[in-house]
Amino acid sequence: MSGVPLLEIDDLAIAYEVNGRDQRVVHGVSFRVEPGEVVALVGESGSGKTTTAQAVLGLLAGNGRVERGAIRLNGTDIAHWSQRRLEAIRGTVVSLIPQDPGSSLNPVRTIGSQLAEVMQIHRRGDRKAIQARVLDLLTRVGLTPAEMRAKQYPHELSGGMKQRVLIAIAAALEPTLIVADEPTSALDVTVQRRILDLIDELRRENGTAVLLVTHDLGVAADRADRLVVLQEGRIQEQGPVKEVLATPRSAYTQRLLSDAPSLAKPRPQRAAPREDDLAIVVEGLTHDFPGTGRGAAPFRALESVSFTVRRGTTHAIVGESGSGKTTAVRSVVGFLKPTAGRILVDGVDLTTLRGEALRRFRKHIQLVYQNPYGSLDPKQTVCQIIEEPLLNFEPIPPSDRLRKVRDMMHRVGLSESFLERPPRALSGGQRQRVAIARALVLDPRVLVLDEAVSALDVTVQAQILALLDELQKALGLTYLFVSHDLAVVRQISDTVSVMHKGRQVDGGPIETVFMRPDSAYTRDLIDAIPGRAMPVLASPPIPFQG
Amino acid sequence: MSSRETGGTNLDVLEPRGRQVLRFGWATRLRHLPPGLAASWCLVLVVMLWAAAPDLFTGYSGTEGVPGEQLRAPSEEHILGTDGLGRDLYARIVYGARYSLTGAFVAVAVGFVFGTLLGLVAGARGGWLDAAIMRLVDSMLAVPSLLLSLSIIVLLGFGTINVAIAVGAVAIARFARLARSEVVRVRRSDYVEAAFGSGGTFWAVLRRHVLPNSLTSVIALAALQFGSAILAISTLGFLGYGAPPPTPEWGLLIAEGRNYLSRAWWLTAAPGVVVVLVVLAADRISKSIQRTAP
Repeated sequence: MSGVPLLEIDDLAIAYEVNGRDQRVVHGVSFRVEPGEVVALVGESGSGKTTTAQAVLGLLAGNGRVERGAIRLNGTDIAHWSQRRLEAIRGTVVSLIPQDPGSSLNPVRTIGSQLAEVMQIHRRGDRKAIQARVLDLLTRVGLTPAEMRAKQYPHELSGGMKQRVLIAIAAALEPTLIVADEPTSALDVTVQRRILDLIDELRRENGTAVLLVTHDLGVAADRADRLVVLQEGRIQEQGPVKEVLATPRSAYTQRLLSDAPSLAKPRPQRAAPREDDLAIVVEGLTHDFPGTGRGAAPFRALESVSFTVRRGTTHAIVGESGSGKTTAVRSVVGFLKPTAGRILVDGVDLTTLRGEALRRFRKHIQLVYQNPYGSLDPKQTVCQIIEEPLLNFEPIPPSDRLRKVRDMMHRVGLSESFLERPPRALSGGQRQRVAIARALVLDPRVLVLDEAVSALDVTVQAQILALLDELQKALGLTYLFVSHDLAVVRQISDTVSVMHKGRQVDGGPIETVFMRPDSAYTRDLIDAIPGRAMPVLASPPIPFQG
Repeated sequence: MSSRETGGTNLDVLEPRGRQVLRFGWATRLRHLPPGLAASWCLVLVVMLWAAAPDLFTGYSGTEGVPGEQLRAPSEEHILGTDGLGRDLYARIVYGARYSLTGAFVAVAVGFVFGTLLGLVAGARGGWLDAAIMRLVDSMLAVPSLLLSLSIIVLLGFGTINVAIAVGAVAIARFARLARSEVVRVRRSDYVEAAFGSGGTFWAVLRRHVLPNSLTSVIALAALQFGSAILAISTLGFLGYGAPPPTPEWGLLIAEGRNYLSRAWWLTAAPGVVVVLVVLAADRISKSIQRTAP
């Protein structure tokens, strides 16, 4: 290694000014990035990983301030440079791949002109040379034919393609360091793998170092050379990836590792319930959405999907965005009327119910939403939220209602001090517990979980999954679990349906589907799961064919 | 000690909004009030007191003049001078607050109640009813508001309350539009769907979730409309459609002062300035309410 590291962060402390008070979020963080190296900054939300990455680029939010410490780029401290001086090095020496490809491109300009902009700003060549370089870069990141792509607008591209454009912009001036802030969090798992492969390739060719900010330990394990684990603005542990993962020294890293869902952690076998006791039967479910525009053909979101779920078990519906899994569950809970097919819940055909009968039936099947920040009314208290479903059916005296609410809160592991709090005073995990309590207060027989743990940090996710498992055992619930995360699915479900473009491409017991997938798509999906390089704590790995 | 401090800080980062509400009481919040907003509230409070108890603020009558004291310039005796009939202008403004404020309140109430109701029904029901209501609202917005007010007054007849109703009717369209857009936004949220999913009936969900969550912006608009209503009522008073003389309504004061503009400019300027200040204050308060909306 050379004497001077490419990036050296030394005892960095960053504070945000909130209501006239400084709140420190990064407390004395030190690490270094050598040329050509991938360093992963791993942590949960609120760990200060994004703040640290923003500081490297001088892009802290307006109320953020570097309190002490140094950010040395090639030996020069840039922590207190003016924005003007920083502009000269952004793009040329350090560049950024932002998190959300959906909102990071200008919607009214072609991607070619946005890619050219970065070279115009730094005056790299004349118009012709820049144009040639734009096409070259687009080809390089796999957007072909480049001439056509350069003339397209962001809305004409998919999420993965937009992320490729952003990577091309970041790599355009061949910087020595690329900061990738959760570059694939918004993408499907197969797209994620291709994007990460692309970043890897560019790194190998140009010798660019990458500071990879991620919450996903699996991604870090697969792609990074060194790992920096952050918690609450402090470094818990750092070192070469293999060492840290094989022998984590800090308790926090150990917990992260054991909480991370992994394919190698199958759920413990349970006594199989009776074969014929079916809670949900879906037969030939088809759904058409009307086409947009005059005379447009209807869009078929679901094409004769069929599956059955035995009482007291968990059935997972897996697929990437646009696969029709959300349409399927919305039909099962009765929010959508399918075009064709039958949905039997406890022997009652849901598709024939309407009006008051449907409202009455909702008692038996409840939905938990993906985003706990949007599914709770901000104007209600926790008590009102959990109590509300009870008000919709036969009147219960207030004292009984309150007792039921308290019981439920106890069941989902919330203390009674939360009763009168508004949702905004709760963390994401606590909110999701409230949402589960609200769903269970009517004693439903079936609980539909629509990506119910996807928005949560891994440790919180592990807690909620454990809670769900416990509730299933205690109450004999049937779960329909929708997820894009195969590792989570593998951990908690008994049977699975794999969806792709509105069709069910694979289905059956979880072991069969994961070990001997019928379709090439399922195999592709399983292969794309990050974290293959991650050792598994506490349970032996299972042989796996790739 | 240091560990306790950092513990607090970390919580603040995770729960910035929640923690603030728990920590700051009313007294602290009052101290953090921006000066412009504080001044606006003071002004509105003073004007309200004028309306409630005018005799506490002035010893003169608002309607009866003192012979021989016509058209006096502002002095210690008459702070804002006197008008052509010897009436103290300050007293007339103070007594006039009642007419202008009541008018504005009635106008805003009419607009708020009917507009919100229309918007709520349109946004929540959707379909042909939504289309019908919103096209009606569009056609109301297409007519210049002063013209619409004048036509309504012609139908209802002159008088303070009728003017207020006319001004309020014009505001219905604005309230309906805002309320509808808010209702449509809230209706799409997960918690409303969850409420239907747990067996809620249409009206129950509307009352428990849609109404409380869409009302903040509408209330902000009400504060804003309060200012414009005062302006509109003054305009109609100025044109002679409002309360008949000698009612000391602000618009009427400006109209009467106009006759003496060359000799006693303050007769027009003083009530004009009061109207402008009240409108600005209402605007500032409206903005502060708007900011608390999600």
